[in-house]
Amino acid sequence: MKAANVVSNNCIILGAEPKTWEEAIVIAGNLLVKNGFVKSEYVDDMIKMVKELGPYIVIAPGLAIPHARPSISVISSGISIVTLKAPVYFGNQSNDPVQLVIGLAGYNDGVHLAHMKMIADIFEDENIIYEIAKCKNKQKIADIFNGKEVNL
Amino acid sequence: MRILVICGCGCGSSVILKMNAKKVIDSLGINADLEVSDTTTYKGAVKDADLILVGSEIAEVITEINVPIIILNSFVNKQEIRDKLEVFFKEKNML
Repeated sequence: MKAANVVSNNCIILGAEPKTWEEAIVIAGNLLVKNGFVKSEYVDDMIKMVKELGPYIVIAPGLAIPHARPSISVISSGISIVTLKAPVYFGNQSNDPVQLVIGLAGYNDGVHLAHMKMIADIFEDENIIYEIAKCKNKQKIADIFNGKEVNL
Repeated sequence: MRILVICGCGCGSSVILKMNAKKVIDSLGINADLEVSDTTTYKGAVKDADLILVGSEIAEVITEINVPIIILNSFVNKQEIRDKLEVFFKEKNML
C-alpha cells in the first residue's frame, strides 16, 4: 500500500447542515474536488447513482458512503468525511437517518482497497458511527481513519 | 462455493460487504470464493454463482436470476451477516 492513503484534516468537515440527501452528497463530493481527488463532474455522478439505484449507499445505520463508478473524473483515490449537525433522511428503510457521510473517490487500486478495508474495520462496531458523528475534533477523526487507537 | 457481492459500481459498498462476509465465512470454516460485481455487469458473473449478497435497494434491481439471494440491511454488522449466512449454509447442509 502506498503511503498516500493518509486522511488529513482537510478531508474532514464537522457539523455540516445539509437540508437534503443531495446537499449532503454535494458537500462530501465538493470536499473530494477540493482535495484534488476528483473533477467536479464526479459529484453529479455520485448523485446520479442514488437516483438510478436508490439509497443503497447507506450501508449501516447512520452511515452513507456516496461514490460513483471509476471514470475519467477520478484523479486519484481518496475519501472525504462529513459529520452532520442534524440527521438527514436518504430514503433507506433500514439505515436512515444519516449522521456520517463518507465520500469515496476510487480507482480500483491499492489505495482504494486500503480505504475500503479501513472502513470495514472501523465500522465493525456500529456505535462508532455515532461517536464520530458527535466528535468535535478533526484530528481525532483523521487518526481513526489512519489506523490509530483513539478514545472519542 | 462461489459468492457474488453486487452493488452499484462494484467498487464501494460491495467491497466492504465482501471483506466482512469473507471474515464471517472463514470463521464458519466454509470454503468460498467471493467476488464483487455491479448492477450493469452481474448477469455474466452470476451464471457461476451459488449465492448472491446484496443490500435491499440493489436486490430490487437484480432480476431474472436463479441464484439464492441474501439481503443485508447493514454491510458492517457481522452478526447480521453471520446469522443470515448460517441459515443458508445449514439449509445446504454445509454447517
